[in-house]
Amino acid sequence: MTAMLALDFVPIWTAILAVGVFLYVLLDGFDLGVGILYGFAPDTASRNLLMNSIAPVWDGNETWLILGGVGLLVAFPLAFAIIIPAVYFPVLIMLLSLIFRGVAFEFRFRDAEHRTFWDHGFSYGSMLATFAQGIVLGAFIQGFSVRGREFVGGSFDCFTPFSLLTGVALVFGYGLLGAGWLIMKTSGDLQARARRQGRVCLVGVLACVVAVSVWTPIQDADIAQRWLAWPNIAWLAPIPAITAGVAWLTWRALAGTSEPGPFLGAAGLFLMSYLGIAVSLWPMIVPHHYTLWEAASSPKTQAFLLVGTAFLLPTILLYTAWSYWVFRGKVRADIGYH
Amino acid sequence: MSLDPVLLSRLQFVWVVAFHILLPAFTVGLASYIAFVEGMHFATGREIYGRISGFWVKIFSVAFGMGVVSGIVMPFQFGTNWSRFSDATANVISPLLGYEGLTAFFLEATFLGVLLFGRSLVPRWVHFLSAVMVALGTLSSTFWILAANSWMQTPAGYEVVDGRFFPTDWWALIFNPSLPYRLAHTVTAFYITTGFVILGVAAWLVRSGKFVDEGRRIMSHALWLLLILVPLQIVLGDMHGLNTLKYQPTKLAALEGRYDTESPASLTLFGIPDDANARMNYEVAIPVLGSIVLTHSLTGEIKGLKDWPVDQRPPVGPPFYGFRIMVGVGLLMLVMAVVGNLFRRGDRFVTDARFLRACQWMAPLGFVAVLAGWTTTEVGRQPWTVFGLLRTADSVSPSLTGANVLLSFIGYIAVYAVVFPAGFVVMRRIVRAGPRPQASDGPVQSGRPTAPIIAGALVLGAAE
Repeated sequence: MTAMLALDFVPIWTAILAVGVFLYVLLDGFDLGVGILYGFAPDTASRNLLMNSIAPVWDGNETWLILGGVGLLVAFPLAFAIIIPAVYFPVLIMLLSLIFRGVAFEFRFRDAEHRTFWDHGFSYGSMLATFAQGIVLGAFIQGFSVRGREFVGGSFDCFTPFSLLTGVALVFGYGLLGAGWLIMKTSGDLQARARRQGRVCLVGVLACVVAVSVWTPIQDADIAQRWLAWPNIAWLAPIPAITAGVAWLTWRALAGTSEPGPFLGAAGLFLMSYLGIAVSLWPMIVPHHYTLWEAASSPKTQAFLLVGTAFLLPTILLYTAWSYWVFRGKVRADIGYH
Repeated sequence: MSLDPVLLSRLQFVWVVAFHILLPAFTVGLASYIAFVEGMHFATGREIYGRISGFWVKIFSVAFGMGVVSGIVMPFQFGTNWSRFSDATANVISPLLGYEGLTAFFLEATFLGVLLFGRSLVPRWVHFLSAVMVALGTLSSTFWILAANSWMQTPAGYEVVDGRFFPTDWWALIFNPSLPYRLAHTVTAFYITTGFVILGVAAWLVRSGKFVDEGRRIMSHALWLLLILVPLQIVLGDMHGLNTLKYQPTKLAALEGRYDTESPASLTLFGIPDDANARMNYEVAIPVLGSIVLTHSLTGEIKGLKDWPVDQRPPVGPPFYGFRIMVGVGLLMLVMAVVGNLFRRGDRFVTDARFLRACQWMAPLGFVAVLAGWTTTEVGRQPWTVFGLLRTADSVSPSLTGANVLLSFIGYIAVYAVVFPAGFVVMRRIVRAGPRPQASDGPVQSGRPTAPIIAGALVLGAAE
């Protein structure tokens, strides 16, 4: 084994998975966020426009979720086999909610008698799916009961006050991303409305981020040590400082006239939170139990998929960018479902 | 009564995969058909192809959306309910799922967006290319998922260390002994399934009297396709069966309903299997024919399930009945394909009311055959997840209680019971509206407005 470890693919796969999950959060984050705000839209016409602003790209965005799940299975199968059963019910809620919101795109336009039902399916589905993802995140940070290679806790262990808080945090976070997207894709009254909603979401997100940042080191001595011991505190202090700066810029952009500003700001906030979590947990992939290296699949497995990923992933990014370019600019009422 | 998490997890998997498989069974073929029609449209410029393509793209988009959301469920099942299976097999089969995602899902999802909404935004050849990309995506997905499935049926290219599987030879692992047969048999089955659906829908278009030209053209395409593929499928099925006899003799014995080894072996046409006593009740069998069909000789020996210990035998009922349903449906399809093409004489295929009605009735036949064949092959693999090596009972997540799985199963049942019938109703509505000229090809060609069309949206809202 030691000879095989000479070729260490773990850092590469960690980076790929990290990028994949971040892209998922960013991309499906904004379209789930549009779904969350959808419930607050004033009338059918604006709901049509909201939905059409994400209709051409949502299923591509959601595909990153499969890549995240399968990527974890490929690169760190032990983590997959422990974590996924541990979050059995949040995953169930997420999947069922994603089904409802996914079919709502087609169904609400073609099943007019039940439009209100599918409208609710879309907004509540988006909100519940997001909340469930937030619970998964919180449960992951808190860690799981593990013996050997198996999760040995109960299926409801993942529902804790902390994970409910991260659930709420993510709803505000995706809402902020969604508002940022709508500010770019709409104008006039709808855009003004998105700016107001964005400010509400930003306040919610910041409150949650502060609460999580205080709560995490209190409940976990290792994480407290990681952040607060000298000299770490000096090295890591820029993370909260930059986060605060990005939050201020986001607020300015929401209140001002910048169109891409709020979305970029929201993305920056997600990036900083993501970094914060990474700093807290590194190098564990199953917190308190297994490091990335211990949970990794065999070098042969990682190498085999890496060969294809090396040129497929850039290709995917290229044609995804191309499709966003095709549908660039403000949403047109004439393209999409009608 | 105690709830068994293994049995409930299996039932839940059956439920989510049975619904999911209906969608690729239809969309794999339909994507290729749309690419063909888009190609004809691009090459000839005739409007009828544009209308036909637009019509099917709308239906495709509903089916594909449902396929995406029900498909996302699948990889998570491996983790939520089958975590021991995942831990044991991830090193060998997870990269195949990874390649499916990388080569197929993004291709399909991205280019479908352009196919659906981009007709007025991109040049016509790009639109055609998007259709081709979607079709290639669906085929690539089929290849990789069947490679993983085939490895579970006929594992190769691996070694076992501490109860877990590790790769030794990727080529042998992917192109394992049953992959070529399973791939050919399944892709052909998906194309045939699509063929019967478009035949049935087109028959309705003809009968409605409003879309006779479009319906006639689609029917003609479908009948040519079926004339080639249905006989080919019977040959492929036979080859797949012989492959199963060689590598999975217990599955073959189960689908033949054979408990006792015989030489020469008879062919059981019908009977009621009794696993507890290992005997076939009320059996109707033809002597020697079993040997002829399966060994292509008059005296070939066919092994019965009694040659294996009880704990290595699959249940006989589902594979036995599933196989008979599949073969029966296949023969019916052959009759339809031949009769339909004979009816080209004097245009009977578009004028004979009984034939048109029969086409409509037979539209779902492919789905029946796919589900029956899938039941045959997956239940026939039992009691293993990885044939002969990893037991289904040892594959389930250890933390799950029966009540946990029952609760999630009820959730899946409730959601699918709403979403799938609704999807069917929506698709039927699109069919009823028929292939009409593309509205969005009209006045919107004039560039990209930088200001939002709130007024347009309001008109749109009022028009609905």
